[in-house]
Order: sequence, then C-alpha cells, then structure tokens
Amino acid sequence: MTIKEQQDRIIEDFEVFGDWMEKYEYIIQLGKDLPLIDPKYKTDDNLIRGCQSKVWLHAELQEGKLVFSADSDAVITKGLVGLVIQVLSHQTPKDIAEAEIYFIEAIGLNSHLSPTRSNGLLSMLKQIKLYAIGYQAKSMQN
Amino acid sequence: METTATQNIIWPDVELIRNEFPILQQTVNGNPLVYLDNGATTQKPVQVIRSMQEYYTGYNSNVHRGVHTLSQKATSAYEAARHQVASFIGANHTEVIFTKGTTDAINLVASGFRKEFLNEGDEVIISTMEHHSNIVPWQLACEEKKAHLKVIPITDKGELEMDVFESMLNPRVKIVAVTWISNSLGTINPVKDIIRLAHAQGIPVLLDAAQAAPHIQIRVRDLDVDFLALSGHKVYGPTGIGILYGKESWLEKLPPYQGGGDMIKHVTFAKTTYNEAPLKFEAGTPAICEAIGLGAAMAYVTQLGIHKIQAYEHQLTKYAIAQLSTIPQLRFIGEAKNRAAAISFLIGDHHPSDVGVLLDQQGIAVRTGHHCTQPLMERFNIPGTVRASLAVYNTTEEIDRLVDGVRKAVTLLG
Repeated sequence: MTIKEQQDRIIEDFEVFGDWMEKYEYIIQLGKDLPLIDPKYKTDDNLIRGCQSKVWLHAELQEGKLVFSADSDAVITKGLVGLVIQVLSHQTPKDIAEAEIYFIEAIGLNSHLSPTRSNGLLSMLKQIKLYAIGYQAKSMQN
Repeated sequence: METTATQNIIWPDVELIRNEFPILQQTVNGNPLVYLDNGATTQKPVQVIRSMQEYYTGYNSNVHRGVHTLSQKATSAYEAARHQVASFIGANHTEVIFTKGTTDAINLVASGFRKEFLNEGDEVIISTMEHHSNIVPWQLACEEKKAHLKVIPITDKGELEMDVFESMLNPRVKIVAVTWISNSLGTINPVKDIIRLAHAQGIPVLLDAAQAAPHIQIRVRDLDVDFLALSGHKVYGPTGIGILYGKESWLEKLPPYQGGGDMIKHVTFAKTTYNEAPLKFEAGTPAICEAIGLGAAMAYVTQLGIHKIQAYEHQLTKYAIAQLSTIPQLRFIGEAKNRAAAISFLIGDHHPSDVGVLLDQQGIAVRTGHHCTQPLMERFNIPGTVRASLAVYNTTEEIDRLVDGVRKAVTLLG
C-alpha cells in the first residue's frame, strides 16, 4: 500500500467512532497492543525528547525501504506513534521524504501536533523525514 | 466529609467573580471549560482587560519623556501602577522595579551578585523544589565565579529540611534564594524562619513569590526579606510584566542590569552616570500597558481581599484533596502540612500526559509534566505529575468535574 492508501485506510477506520471516548479507547488499545521496538534500540541516541513524554525511534534500511520501530512512555503517544509507523514504515526514502501527512488532522487529532503539546509526535515526524532525506541523499551518492 | 459539592462554602459571590472573567464563559471540546491551570497562568478579569484597552485607546504614549499631555498621563498611570504594586506588598514605591516577570527579576539579582558580591569559593543556597528560573540564573553565576550552588533537601512529604538548612549557613554563603510556595507541590515554605536564620548570619534572602502572590498576603517589611520577585500573569494580571522588590539599601548597592534609556542620569562617551532605583534597573521603554494592567490586577485582588481569597482557596483545596483521595491508586506528590492550592498527583503507572490529554477532551485544563522543576521530579523519581492548581474563581462543582474526569480517564487507560 502507498502512503496515501495507508492514510486513507486509517481515516476510514476512524469514521466509525461515535465520540472521543471510542476514538481514544482505540488509540490506547493500539498503544498497548503494539510491541514497537526491540529493547536494544531503546537507547539515548534514539530518544526524541518532548516536554511531556518520550519517544524512541529506530530506523533501518531493508531492501531499499525504510523500516521504523518506535516506542513511548505515554500510551496515547505510543498509539499515535503506532499509527504513524503504519503509514510510513516499509516505504522508500523518496516516498517518505515527499509524503504529505494529512491523516492526523483528518481524524481530528491535530492538537497532538501542536508545538505547545510537545509530546514528541511532531518531533518524531520531523525525525522520520530527516531519516528519509538522509537515506535518499546517501543512495544518490552511491 | 466536612464539605459537599452542594454546600456553598463561605464564599457567596463566586458566580459574580466568574462573571468578571469573560474567558471562563466558553466550552472546550463540547464541555464548559474547567480551568485548573492557574499555577501556570491565571485568567484576567474585565477590570484588567479594560485598563489595558483604555491605555491603548486613550493615552498610549511613552513614559518619563514627553512634556505633552498623553505622555504625562501615561507616566502618571505607570507610576500609579508602581504605587499600587508597592501597597500590595507593603513596600515603598521606590523599592519596586518593573521587570518582565519573576524569571527576569531573579536574573537581575543573580547578575548583580555575579558582578559585585560573588567570588570564588562562595556559596549560594537554593532548595530542591525550585523552579528552573530560580536554579539556572544562580547556576550560571556560580559557574562563572567558581562559586558553589548548595541545595536544601526536602522530605518525602515535600517539606524543606530546616535543620539541614540551618547547618548549611556559613560565612561563605552570599545569598539564599528560595521559593515561597512550590509550583509543583503546593508547599508553603516557612519563609519567616528562613529569613530569620539567614539574617542571623548576615546573609540576604531572595524569595520567589510567583506562586505566593495570588494566594497569600505579602508584607515585605514583616518578612524583612531582601528581595522578592513575582509575575503579573499569575496574579490575574497580564503576561510580560512582573516586579522585583529590593530593600532600598540593596538596590543602591546592586549594579545596573541592562544599559539603555531611562536608566541613565547623564551620558557622555567617556562615562555614564546612572539614575536612581527603581529607574536604574528599567532600561529602555518599559511594558507600560502591562504595568498598568498589573496595577489593575493588584487593585482587583486587594478589593476582593487576599485573606478572603486565601480562606476560600483553603476550603476548596481541602475539598479537592478529599474528593481526589477517593480515586483508587491516586497518590499525591507533595503532602506538606502547610500548603496552597496546587495539587499534584499520579494515578497508578499512568503517564501524566495521558491523563492530561483525556481531561482536555472533557474540557478540563490541567498541567502535566515536570512543571519546570526537573530536579524535584528526579527527587521523587517520577517523569512528572498531573497538577490541578486552583484560583479564586474555581468552584466545588469544577472539582467534581475534575474528579469525574480523572475517573473516566482511568477507565479508558485501563
């Protein structure tokens, strides 16, 4: 699935929720269900510090595609991080670098992207883009 | 239970007070706003908003400069605000310096001490429960001068270990800088004892009164405090304005903080002579409108009566603690005997930010995180807390909303 298709699928999933409680229940469940990162990657180097919660992000290139794994100490952030990974993992650096991320706003969670919230999600998205651009530049050199 | 939600506890006019705060009359995420983040900043009454609007629509002009009518009007209002603040804290108006806020005020003093009074091997005493704004300026000063920053430890309940403090005092200590009320724990520190003990050894004391100003009466003469800093926006005034109180003798000794207009007597390229305090410390065009707004805020609090506010908030805090205590797995961070209206807590292993997000969905504004007191969070070995901090316009009904909201959040978090 392309990044766009992944995003549209999530937007569709969220349409069934009647109220905020159902929505957050789902995100919390996502956060709990996803063992997102190999503990050996939960290092200070991979830590993205937010004011509120921590996010660890690990990236590696597998057969030309970027594979991300991540974790957070806050379960809601972890659920959101899980959604971002569903969308952007196993895509090429080029596609990630060029991708427009619209699903967070579309499912009504853009408050989590507010810089004042500083929960690490925004920093994580930036970091993913940086990885993508970095790997893209590297592949061009090669 | 001494109080219940349906009882109207000793404060008959809380609805009238709420009507004076336009911002409170709104819904957030479909629910009437419950604003419990007053420790971060308080909302502003119409009296303050109006005073600032009148300034910009009626007499905006620079102060201390012009002979024209508007400038004189602005200067009068600006200086009247200084008098209002002085009377609020029981000081002489010449001892009140307008600053950007508490942080700026502490930096002013720390910078002066760094330049004039602090030498290699000297010590500065702060406490474990300080806000970063009363840590970092002293840390910078100590680093530069090779002086030592000493920290008063606290108990598990969040109270200063006063016997340790006493043993820390010695002739190398150049200043004691502590908070009056902890923004994270709500602890009211025994500042009179701190000042008495420090003065017994000839050591001056700076009080961070940012959290104290909205909640308890400040009388600088009774306290005999040397410096006191507070922020306008935490006491129903605007942001960008605060004050430093300094004893006249100290303000004479303290060197200027920044150079510029207003703080000078005479300038030549060879030498500048400085104005007297407080203007010596107010370089450049000040935040005139904000100062006037702060004056209006202090007039507002004075008119309500700080003792009345304190009594009401005390009841409300007691009620909040009693109600929150009924939530399973909730533990309070900070259980000082003498405390103000900031209530920090954690629930089981739930991350404070998760609880905060779910409260926000219900229209309830609390603060989550480390509250700019990271060393204190480390002392308790926690990532942060959920903090509900109350103000005079909060009600028992809002406390009930908070408690219901927390219960709902806990259910969702599982």
